[in-house]
Amino acid sequence: MPTLEIKNLSASVEGKEILKGVNLKVSGGEIHALMGPNGAGKSTLGNVLIGHPNYVINGGSITLDGKDLTNATPEERAKAGLFLAFQSPVAVVGVKISSFLRAAYKQLHPDDNIKLQEFYDMVKKELRRVGLDESFLSRSVNDGFSGGERKRFEIVQMMILKPKIVILDEIDSGLDVDALKLVAEEIKEYHNESVGFLIITHYQRILKDIRPEFVHVLMDGKVIRSGDHELSDRIEEEGYEFIRGV
Amino acid sequence: MEVEYSKEEEMEKLLEDLRKSSVRKEDWEFHDNLKPIYSTGIGLNKSVVEEISEIKKEPDWMRRFRLKALEIFLSKPMPTWGPDLSGIDWENTNYYNRPDDVKSKSWDEVPDQIKDTFTKLGIPEMEQKYLAGSVAQYDSEGVYHNLKKVWEDKGVLFMDLDSAVKEHPDLVKNYFCKAVPATDNKFAALNGAVWSGGSFLYVPKGVRIDMPLQTYFRMNGEATGQFEHTIVVADEGSKVHYIEGCTAPRWDKDSLHSAIVEIYAHKNSEARYTSVQNWSKSVYNMPTKRAWVDENAKMEWVGGSLGSKVTMLYPSSYLRGRNASTHNLNISLAGPGTVKDTGAKAIHLAPNTSSRIVAKSISIEDGKAIYRGLLRMNKGAVHSKSHVQCDALLINDESQSFTYPHDEIYEPTATFGHEATVGKIGTEELAYMRSRGLSEDEASSMIVLGFLDDVMKEIPMEFAVEMNRLIKLEMGKLGSVG
Ligand SMILES: Nc1ncnc2c1ncn2[C@@H]1O[C@H](COP(=O)(O)OP(=O)(O)O)[C@@H](O)[C@H]1O
Ligand SMILES: [Mg+2]
Repeated sequence: MPTLEIKNLSASVEGKEILKGVNLKVSGGEIHALMGPNGAGKSTLGNVLIGHPNYVINGGSITLDGKDLTNATPEERAKAGLFLAFQSPVAVVGVKISSFLRAAYKQLHPDDNIKLQEFYDMVKKELRRVGLDESFLSRSVNDGFSGGERKRFEIVQMMILKPKIVILDEIDSGLDVDALKLVAEEIKEYHNESVGFLIITHYQRILKDIRPEFVHVLMDGKVIRSGDHELSDRIEEEGYEFIRGV
Repeated sequence: MEVEYSKEEEMEKLLEDLRKSSVRKEDWEFHDNLKPIYSTGIGLNKSVVEEISEIKKEPDWMRRFRLKALEIFLSKPMPTWGPDLSGIDWENTNYYNRPDDVKSKSWDEVPDQIKDTFTKLGIPEMEQKYLAGSVAQYDSEGVYHNLKKVWEDKGVLFMDLDSAVKEHPDLVKNYFCKAVPATDNKFAALNGAVWSGGSFLYVPKGVRIDMPLQTYFRMNGEATGQFEHTIVVADEGSKVHYIEGCTAPRWDKDSLHSAIVEIYAHKNSEARYTSVQNWSKSVYNMPTKRAWVDENAKMEWVGGSLGSKVTMLYPSSYLRGRNASTHNLNISLAGPGTVKDTGAKAIHLAPNTSSRIVAKSISIEDGKAIYRGLLRMNKGAVHSKSHVQCDALLINDESQSFTYPHDEIYEPTATFGHEATVGKIGTEELAYMRSRGLSEDEASSMIVLGFLDDVMKEIPMEFAVEMNRLIKLEMGKLGSVG
């Protein structure tokens, strides 16, 4: 059972310190929600976890299954089982989804000798399940996709690449009600004892479909409060100010 | 869709094989220890030119042509409008090297050391699989030529130009330096004076060859020049695809390559010329390539310029007859410390002619890629059309790209358009791809190949794979991938 452990993590972007000692532990089978007001640093945490080169770690550590990933490259982290569904996935012009996923899959699952045709069939099936046409297979990654299509494609990648720790950054933004339902179904389908989820959101919507067992609030660069769904319910009613007030 | 699968699957397999076979740059940059059996030594003057003509036992018209060309060469100034050419060491260049005395029609007869080189480069294997015929040239001389019997029987001629001058003097004389006269430019004049080797391909009226014919040039000596002259004639209603591949080992001293390629696409013919040039970084590559395209004929230039220190290359099409058309696809890769000054020329001389030019360039580190083009629509080229598209991809912050299109439009009914894009491999894209497990190298080669995709689709798969491999090698990426 995989465990992601974040200890006293501090990090900055563009010379500005955003994370100031974050502690968090996510294990297989668990669903965690990370909440916090706009600009609190939630996406920053996601980017720092996957090793985005624009973000600098100033202290603390990130380990997965005891393996220290604090200074690992993004690809090493992916191979260790980390996956981030980006808040705003970037378009990669000219690189087809088919060859992109195929190359990624080969890196992450080198021992699986799945045939090209079979692999594509698997991708097509996943595309359909989130409501994307199978012709997306030959389109460039995120190129000309609407916001919602990008989010759905992030979920397709999760299903195909089979990570152990999944970070979903505002996966519900840009999705209409029906799409959100499909995406929530996929997440529930993928959720099992050997996968841990960290669901980043600044409001409640997705948490109605997927009930997290743990709810954390990130503010002022730290996880300043942890609890269960009662915490998220109260944030829904009162906003974040009550936390600081207490 | 099914077709696409099998193509992709095959491509994937080929790439995987290449990955496993741990091909490195040294594989083409190796040099052989072969000593030329004859060389004119360094430097260029009248007696060197006479000597070359003498060795070749040429007809007198050719000897006189050479001497005239030498005069023109000596009188013309160096072009100063383009890249810095001050590194060309005229004095210390070796203008003629002859590796051996034989010209073989079977690989078995080719001297072992030369054969080994071509085998290492995969040429005999390619010939068997994909080609209707091939010619191999080592330093200044053709050492091998072969044409499948079916085509020979139909009257197709394919051999090195030296042999053609002797065996088919009248035919050669009809075409030799008609499209590219020695007066055209300094480097064409030089070629006129010291040319050796190159291919002569003649396809008779109505003969349509589906498989390509290929010539492979290998430049081995240090500080040598290679000055081949190639003539392709597609007679009326014929069809031909001619391919050239070139390599040279890496030496400390710079070498000069200055070829002439002349293509004659007669009425209703289809001619296609593909070249994948992969010179090492000590080569100045200054060829002159030109096609005459007659009524209703189609000309297609497909080029990949990799390697070399400086390349100046602008394949030109003279659209001389009604409805003549040209299509020019070029990929240039400007590696670290190199300059690619490449482009195309389309000269519309007749009504309803059309040209389409697609130029893609990639600059790595401080590599500099320049598109330089000429579009001319003469008065009377009524309703002619042209479209030029230039796309540049910059790999690093210090990479450079420039575009210099030049239009001369004298015909009011002619229409033309230009498009240019410049892209950069961005941190966000790389971070995204790497977060899915791809290495930085693999991610950037995927972006590069994606950038080239629309051109790759138009070239034969074997060559797309070859380009793919060369680009990865050039980017220093293969081996670290996978
Ligand atoms: N790449 C970046 N460059 C500059 N500033 C950034 C960058 N990423 C995040 N920030 C800044 O870091 C802070 C936290 O942003 P973010 O992590 O996106 O917050 P959240 O996701 O919680 O809304 C904000 O002030 C934001 O402007
Ligand atoms: Mg955010």
